[in-house]
Amino acid sequence: MALKTFIEAIRETMAEEMRRDESVILLGEDVGLKGGVFLATDGLYAEFGEDRVIDTPLSESMIIGTSIGAAMNGLRPIAEIQFADFIFPAFNQLVSEAARMRYRSNNGFGVPMTVRAPYGGGVHGALYHSQSVEAFFTHVPGLKVVIPSTPYDAAGLLRSSIRDEDPVLYFEHKKMYRSVRGDVPATDYLVPLGKAAITHPGTQITILAYGLMAHYALEAADVVAEEGISVEVVDLRTLRPLDKETILSSVKKTGKCLIVYEDNKFLGYGAELAAIVAEEAFDYLDGPVSRVAGPDVPGVPYNHVLEDWFMVNPEKIADGIRKLAAY
Amino acid sequence: MATKSTAKSTAKAAAGSAAKSGPGVSKLAASVGLTDADLIGMYKVIATARAVDERMWILNRAGRIPFVISGQGHEGAQAAIAWPLERGKDWIAPFYRSIATCLTFGMEARDILTAQYAKAIDLSSGGRQMPGHYGNVANNLVSLSSPVATQMLHAVGIALAAKIRKTGQVALTSMGEGSSNQGDVHEGLNFAAIHKLPFILCVENNGYAISVPVSKQLAVPDVAARASGYGIPGVIVDGADVLACYRAAKEAVDRARRGDGPTLIEAKVIRLTAHSSDDQQTKYRSAEELEGLKGEDPLPRFRAELRDAGVLTEELEASIAAEVKADIDEATEYAESAADPTPDTAMKWVFAEDWPGETPPTWGFGAGHGLEGHEGDASAAEGAVD
Repeated sequence: MALKTFIEAIRETMAEEMRRDESVILLGEDVGLKGGVFLATDGLYAEFGEDRVIDTPLSESMIIGTSIGAAMNGLRPIAEIQFADFIFPAFNQLVSEAARMRYRSNNGFGVPMTVRAPYGGGVHGALYHSQSVEAFFTHVPGLKVVIPSTPYDAAGLLRSSIRDEDPVLYFEHKKMYRSVRGDVPATDYLVPLGKAAITHPGTQITILAYGLMAHYALEAADVVAEEGISVEVVDLRTLRPLDKETILSSVKKTGKCLIVYEDNKFLGYGAELAAIVAEEAFDYLDGPVSRVAGPDVPGVPYNHVLEDWFMVNPEKIADGIRKLAAY
Repeated sequence: MATKSTAKSTAKAAAGSAAKSGPGVSKLAASVGLTDADLIGMYKVIATARAVDERMWILNRAGRIPFVISGQGHEGAQAAIAWPLERGKDWIAPFYRSIATCLTFGMEARDILTAQYAKAIDLSSGGRQMPGHYGNVANNLVSLSSPVATQMLHAVGIALAAKIRKTGQVALTSMGEGSSNQGDVHEGLNFAAIHKLPFILCVENNGYAISVPVSKQLAVPDVAARASGYGIPGVIVDGADVLACYRAAKEAVDRARRGDGPTLIEAKVIRLTAHSSDDQQTKYRSAEELEGLKGEDPLPRFRAELRDAGVLTEELEASIAAEVKADIDEATEYAESAADPTPDTAMKWVFAEDWPGETPPTWGFGAGHGLEGHEGDASAAEGAVD
């Protein structure tokens, strides 16, 4: 067992998968010699060569569209979108093509492709290097959406994503790349897609969170524990397909549900979680399904005061917990 | 780099592989390095594509199928350009007018007609897609969508995989000149050219993007002129000249196979029908223009060429006509009597495996409350598909 940063877990898992299976290739902007703007692919070009680690032109639609084609002709591409904010030129290829290929061909074609992209704020990235884009893609049947929060899960979920027969969007919170460390076994383990984890057992309030917010939720749970509030934190890990069973059984146990996400609140991913809990656990609820989420402005502002105002943090989550606990 | 590829300028390249004329190889066939059987095969594809297309319109007007999108006028270029590709090895990402392309690559009239009827047995999509969205993994024909030119990048990706895996495959995609204005075309050509991928873009320029004439789509007369911006050959062919199309495609396939990179072929074709069964083309095309198209129809022109060369005798022509008609009749009957897909299959194949978390709607998989007699309804909007 080795202690690794979040980004090391991702990088080393890609390298292992490329060693294990020569059909795995990597393409994206600056992923070659430079090793990616965050160094997530550092060293892979040297090890696997320019045929398997491809520096692309600045053409996101092409990165995804050719990955779809390559996936249909025997490869398992890992496509890196440099920032999740830049994924929108490829929206058509992801939503109209990758997501629908299997369905529209009645299982004739599949697209075993993993799309990695760093997302999230709190790093002075401003409007276009901070976005959370999961809501756009979790809406789409045919796409799987993964957001790991620990190095252990990052490695296990990335393996599962690369080996999956369908397109997986794998979003990495960039603030966690070097700030989060954890034990990662040297074995070839998988964390299955579609399974949440209870990372902090509790009895009075269920928090649903993912990515950086799963960490902040744990911090908030510790804060309110001192005040006598017992919180259960569910780290979703895979946003779609969603592990409704774990969510609902936790909410049915605690009777209260707080949903935490960094994206702006209105129609964010948490809106669907709230609807599911309201629809399927109504009889068990002892308070309003509540949300702590980003404010509804068109992006994370650059100035540090404004950015701090935007970002959900453990204090804001703790306030949300206290409010809900008072019901 | 756009060059007019006339019979003379490309005959030389084809002549390299040309067989001498003799039994089964007329002078005409020898001039392009093919046999008479190849020419007859091409003719059969073109004739079948035309016949199935005409049948689609009849079925639509008779209220049997809701929608038609047509390839009439494109068939000569389609059959000839797909011809030098190797079936079962190379790949084609077709577009919605690609009936003759798909027939050349192994689909049959019944596969086109089961798609028109959207039956469960429809090879392309099991009745899930609108007609015209042909594709079948067994024939190396990529499934396509309705947002145009997206298939461009899939073909480039297939070519990329071919290069990395060293399979020797070539990937071709085809589209109209309207679609050629999409950004995916630029992104794909640029990438394919950088990596010298075994890739061919065939633009079937019929002069219209639904109703918008080419003068309002392009600032230059030819799409092929754009090739020079990517450092690749751009070749213009007369889409009604079947063998000129074949020669241009053969050259492009050879070039791709040699590792010399992509080619853009622009075939100047005609659109003999309205854009689709929901389009009224007399709003934007004059009667004179439509009348004039008949002289540019690839089917009678190729037929005359084969007659003149002695490849197509009166007897053979009659027997092919009878064979095609019987084939279309049988295919129509087959498609009409085939079963519809059932709702209990509608949630299959979102993913490779079933997901217990994805629940069926509250009304389950019952027959639903569909309106009677909906089969003949046209799509709600004119030009619902572009």
